[in-house]
Amino acid sequence: MMNHELKMIPAREPPVMAVGVLAWIRNNLFASTLSIVATLLIVYGLFLSIPPLVQWALVDATWFGADSNACNREGACWAFVTARLDQFIYGFYPAEHQWRPNLFFAQLAVLVLWLSLKWTPGKQWVLGYSLLLMPFVSWFLLYGDLPGLEKVETHQWGGLMLTLLLALCGMIASLPFGVLLALGRRSNMPVIRSLCTAYIELWRGVPLITVLFMASVMLPLFVPEEVVFDKLLRALIGIILFQSAYMAEVVRGGLQAIPKGQFEAFNSLGLSYWQGMIMIILPQAMRLVIPGVVNTFIALFKDTSLVLVIGLFDLLAIIQAGLNDPAWLGNSVEGYLFAGFVFWIFCYGMSKYSQRLEQQLHQGR
Amino acid sequence: MLKSLKTAAVLGAFAAAGLAQVASASATLESVKEKGYLSCGVSTGLPGFSNPDDKGQWSGLDVDVCRAVAAATLKDASKVKFVPLTAKERFTALQSGEIDVLSRNTTWTLTRDASLGLNFTGVSYYDGQGFMVKKDLGVKSAKELDGASICIQSGTTSELNLADYFRANNMEYQPVVFDTSDGTAKGFDAGRCDVLTSDQSQLYALRVRLSKPDSAVVLPEVISKEPLGPVVRQGDDQWFNIVKWSLAAMINGEELGLNSDNIKAQKASSDPNIRRLLGIDGPKGKGLALDDDWSLRIIEQVGNYEEIFNRNVGAESPLQIDRGLNALWNDGGILYAPPFR
Repeated sequence: MMNHELKMIPAREPPVMAVGVLAWIRNNLFASTLSIVATLLIVYGLFLSIPPLVQWALVDATWFGADSNACNREGACWAFVTARLDQFIYGFYPAEHQWRPNLFFAQLAVLVLWLSLKWTPGKQWVLGYSLLLMPFVSWFLLYGDLPGLEKVETHQWGGLMLTLLLALCGMIASLPFGVLLALGRRSNMPVIRSLCTAYIELWRGVPLITVLFMASVMLPLFVPEEVVFDKLLRALIGIILFQSAYMAEVVRGGLQAIPKGQFEAFNSLGLSYWQGMIMIILPQAMRLVIPGVVNTFIALFKDTSLVLVIGLFDLLAIIQAGLNDPAWLGNSVEGYLFAGFVFWIFCYGMSKYSQRLEQQLHQGR
Repeated sequence: MLKSLKTAAVLGAFAAAGLAQVASASATLESVKEKGYLSCGVSTGLPGFSNPDDKGQWSGLDVDVCRAVAAATLKDASKVKFVPLTAKERFTALQSGEIDVLSRNTTWTLTRDASLGLNFTGVSYYDGQGFMVKKDLGVKSAKELDGASICIQSGTTSELNLADYFRANNMEYQPVVFDTSDGTAKGFDAGRCDVLTSDQSQLYALRVRLSKPDSAVVLPEVISKEPLGPVVRQGDDQWFNIVKWSLAAMINGEELGLNSDNIKAQKASSDPNIRRLLGIDGPKGKGLALDDDWSLRIIEQVGNYEEIFNRNVGAESPLQIDRGLNALWNDGGILYAPPFR
């Protein structure tokens, strides 16, 4: 007698066309006639554009050189960027003092890492330092005029350093002002409410470029000749006033999403207005508005390049100034590509950080 | 409504007070000496006139004019703080006292001289609209351009000057319009037009950007007047004189053959003109409230006009601009400075 054993037939591999890379390609790229045509057209477009781009940007490119004549005219002249990289980062900051901006960058990097990594202790203290002390520490570090630190006037600041500084100060200062304005606009007190509303509507109704012109062209005419307001400071104040109005509306959106019951709850617990706001309402509201806040921050970061209309040399302006150096005429494409690349890195970084923050805060929801 | 009118009135009063302040400018020389540096308004980047180099040092023709003023007043040509200004900001910065001299490619016109509370101290560069053509066309004069297609930047005074010039000479042309000056150069390079027109100083900068700079020539004709020069505030005649004569010292220096190399040796010269320029004889520095060596320092530390021209825009620079109108009056140009006497 044969001994029949019951055996499972091993599962067969799925058809080649149903899983893996091939299936993905079939489902996503060649699912219908329309998508086949679109795919082929796009591939053809890439085929036309990518090889010449690589040829221009990498193969034929010149990476180092003393002036435009050193560059191969067929390829990209990255020598323009490498020769002036120091200037693009520090502006006209004196070379022997460049450790100060470096320290500023390092501080920034440490703070950002500290706040974004999961296992680092004492986050609230670090956050407090970043929001309250860091702007002043950075200012004294960069401006100097202290014993042991030589004064470096702000007209020598420039490049990436200035861009970061303007954006950071704008972000850090506009957030608290924005929260206060948002609370003010929702206040029951008519005077405060109308003042805050008027402020927000006034500043939101004016383009940033007008604010900067006002700060740099009109303001000096109103003050006596002996008083020379620092131009950077004027621009910074303009940016902060402008940005607070936008921030206020973002925060107000979050406040409106909090159910009325929460307000009644803290009132019935006997908490004061500020206690309730700080401990109950704002933590919930701020969590809701992270995407909006980051959106505003990214817009601000890019808006800082508007300061070039008032003669401050931010990253974009200093690249443009470099393009006018007779030794480097004709490198505008390389210059602007570099500027775009740097801006993209920072904006993408901010957007990634905000996504992480959202995920962390929304755990358990 | 009434309220906003009141606010406007208050703001207007403030503005008037600000402008009144401008008129009663305090002694600029004193304040410059007290500060220890000269505050000089320049452009945010204009090839050959004022631009930061790789090291972050400012260089250019306009920049050297400021250095000369610093050499005369502060005895050190490096004691200048350069304030980069956009075209819109430049006059306010001067009126408000933020800068002491504006040396930023500014065309001397009646309106600016008479209505803005400013004084032009002289001409440091005679610019004007010109034409660049492809060499192989064989054109030698702008009068031969009848029927040409011309690349031009839209919305500029060049556009209007061009129309005027061709109408006055009964010629036809085909405009090819671009938004930026970079665009006009690209169009010219790609053969979209036979001729490119712009201010002459710009033409030379654009020529460097062509794929073959030698294939184009700039025609000698200039069809508009753009005298560029340093500007000061009205109401301080002493300072006005200092800037005016600092420029004159460089031009006279070239005329007398004095330059930064030979000036030490020329101190012993017996030529009365040279002795007067160097402050050994003659009026010296008293009338300007400066010491007697002021003009000597300008030529020693900055150079004569020929040196700064060649170094920044002329033969020794990538721009290769001809002296043309900017040659001395006794050398075919119109550059002329009053005598030191």
